[in-house]
Amino acid sequence: MDSLTQLIDGFGTALTPTNLLLAAIGVLLGTFIGVLPGIGPAMAVALLLPVTYGLEPIAAMIMFAGIYYGGMFGGSTTSILLNTPGESSSVVTAIEGNQMAKRGRGSQALAAAAIGHFVGAMIGTTALVLLAPVVAGLAVDLGAPDYFAVMILAFVAVTSVLGRSRVRGFASLLIGLTIGLVGLDEMTGQSRLTFGSLQLADGIDVVIVAVGLFAVGESLWVASRLRHQPGEPIPVGRPWLGSEDLRRTWKPWLRGPLIGFPFGAIPAGGAEIPTFLSYATEKRLSRHRDEFGSGAIEGVAGPESTASASASGTLVTMLTLGLPTTATAAVMLAAFQQYGIQPGPLLFERESALVWGLIASLFVGTVLLLVLNLPMAPVWSKLLRIPRPYLYAGILFFASVGAYAVSGQVVDLLVLFVIGLLGFAMRRYGLPVLPAVLGVILGPAAEQQMRRALQLSDGSLSGLVNTAFSVTVYLVVAVVLLWPLLRRFLPRRRAAEPAGA
Amino acid sequence: MRAKPVIAPILSTVAALAAVLVVPPLIGSGADDGPGSQVRGLRVMVPNSPGGGYDVTARTAAKAMEEGELARNVEVFNLPGAGGTVGLGRLVSERGNDKLVMSMGLGVVGSVHTNSSPSSLQDTTPIAKLIEEPDIVVVARDSPYRTVADLVEAWRGNPGAVPVGGGSSPGGPDHLAAMLFAKGAGLTPKSVNYVPFDGGGELLASVLGGKVAFGVSGVGESRDQIEAGELRVLAVTSAERVDGIDGPTLTESGVDVEFTNWRGIVAPPGISDEDQDRLVELFTALQGTEQWRDALERNGWTRAFQTGDEFGQFLADQNDQVAAVLTELGL
Repeated sequence: MDSLTQLIDGFGTALTPTNLLLAAIGVLLGTFIGVLPGIGPAMAVALLLPVTYGLEPIAAMIMFAGIYYGGMFGGSTTSILLNTPGESSSVVTAIEGNQMAKRGRGSQALAAAAIGHFVGAMIGTTALVLLAPVVAGLAVDLGAPDYFAVMILAFVAVTSVLGRSRVRGFASLLIGLTIGLVGLDEMTGQSRLTFGSLQLADGIDVVIVAVGLFAVGESLWVASRLRHQPGEPIPVGRPWLGSEDLRRTWKPWLRGPLIGFPFGAIPAGGAEIPTFLSYATEKRLSRHRDEFGSGAIEGVAGPESTASASASGTLVTMLTLGLPTTATAAVMLAAFQQYGIQPGPLLFERESALVWGLIASLFVGTVLLLVLNLPMAPVWSKLLRIPRPYLYAGILFFASVGAYAVSGQVVDLLVLFVIGLLGFAMRRYGLPVLPAVLGVILGPAAEQQMRRALQLSDGSLSGLVNTAFSVTVYLVVAVVLLWPLLRRFLPRRRAAEPAGA
Repeated sequence: MRAKPVIAPILSTVAALAAVLVVPPLIGSGADDGPGSQVRGLRVMVPNSPGGGYDVTARTAAKAMEEGELARNVEVFNLPGAGGTVGLGRLVSERGNDKLVMSMGLGVVGSVHTNSSPSSLQDTTPIAKLIEEPDIVVVARDSPYRTVADLVEAWRGNPGAVPVGGGSSPGGPDHLAAMLFAKGAGLTPKSVNYVPFDGGGELLASVLGGKVAFGVSGVGESRDQIEAGELRVLAVTSAERVDGIDGPTLTESGVDVEFTNWRGIVAPPGISDEDQDRLVELFTALQGTEQWRDALERNGWTRAFQTGDEFGQFLADQNDQVAAVLTELGL
């Protein structure tokens, strides 16, 4: 295999002491920056771009790979411990991860996330080596109707996280969809719900919504209850994953890349939708479904593995087609261009040493990330021993710094606090907050793809179902929706299940 | 009740790191003008997200200035929002600040109109136009259209069935180019089925996959795909042919349209004439550096240097042109 020998050469490049050190520095810097909410991997790479000016292209790329993976992982640390997602790909992790942390299983959640990242990145990068040209070709074949069909599938999956009361769940989803409407309409440039403010013209960043609803809303809620129930410090349990945990997590770790890698590779992919789909899948498949919502480890392992595999997928389209599909990829593309390297169809031929060096350093960075972070998990989780008033004050501070850091505007802080109050009110009246966040993620994406599909077909509704892929996805949706009905007509294997289980 | 001693150091490290990493990009590095002719502490605002066109231009220029020893500690920061008008508003409000400039271009001119921005480029102090980048009309390798004439014929026949993709939202450069092309080809701009994509990447995927009939985008974004033979260029939109791109101009193809996207630098209003001159000198000196010349070639940018009042006049003309096109479209 030609690519294998080249990969081995690549390892030769990546494993020189200097480059290894750079990768380690990159991973550390990335992790620290990723921990700050509001500064995602894209911003981290952009901020650290000048640091690499003095380096050789290949050394710089190796450092970027470290920063990228470190940044992605750092985001999940705050998600789990502080319920404050660092970037959009770790929003889903906060759901179960933070519940685990509150029950004294923070270390396990962090370890599940770290190993999930490792597995996802390993499988994702291997897939990058073996499948890059094939996947890239397929990715281009997908268009708006296909994306829209996947969004519909995601909406169907939302129903599994609506909570006990469907009405409240849907109310929350609609709140999210409404927040998602804010901003300029991408197709026509009309402004919607911006109240004349230019700062709102680009809509509200999903990280701000998630941090507002999760972290600020919860801090206010806890503050309002403190007098009623003086909080005991959160327990910190055993530091390591037990065998029971491993039994529950290995499948989600392996399933993650199946969802994440293809999503990362398609031009309208990203990590939000696949991580959420992974969550919904794990919930459906888990034997501990009742634990979901109160700290199921599968809900951390699956999405984290998905997120890192989708990062590898992103590199497929960037390296082989020169198409940046996420903000981070766009920054890395700009970084490549700084060195006069143009990613695209010819990159593998022209700069093969560099590309394989980069890919090898992705493997190296992944290993370093695990080695550096796994021992840190128990240390980080001690953070939660801080008495609650101080802990939540710290969370509020962190959330505010993060919201301000997104673009350095006071308006973002106001938006954060308004959404925080909304989160408080939703808790007060028993509305689940997760559907709202999903509404913000899915709503605008689905709208855009649907309108684009219709525009491409010049307004004909057949434009939504004119591809084999979209029809297949709709069939899956139909089966999922009709399953309860179908099951009634299928021969019963056993007597009626106990009612009201 | 009490925090374990381990925790405080971690928290304070994190907080310190937060301060170090977050604050400098947001707060100015202050006036540290030392002796010598080098400009110090200049800040370049990019009203766009990292990785975009203004960003690449600004970072390339900053790097060339530092390597060419024209300036020290040039800091590039992003203040994205509303097609650049959020950054523009900030620039206009920094009246008299001689350490701040903004990287901008044609897209901002359009956004001022589409977003009804309260501040316009006429409020700024023009410094220099740096580069031009023509747009190109591209189709996928297996597209039925071989020439602009083929395309125009089909387009005139049924504009709705010939969707055109562009990498910018309405009012942006690709949108303007597509509309001017349509007008030149005898179509009413309102009948054009323009599909906006989020940046060049998503657009290219749609052109490659044949989702849109053709795409209008910057040369730089698709150079490699063209070289690899996956995209065919039907025409370039500039007045002259472009080196390394095998395609006629629109005018040569019988559509009388010339269009080039451009990028430049503006400063806040109310700075003194000396300060304006000093910035103009800096960017003039930039033209002479080897690093900048290399960057132009590498990115496929055309040198289009123009300074001060001449650039100011150019901005005003562009503003009128864009306004005319957008009014016709009812935007």
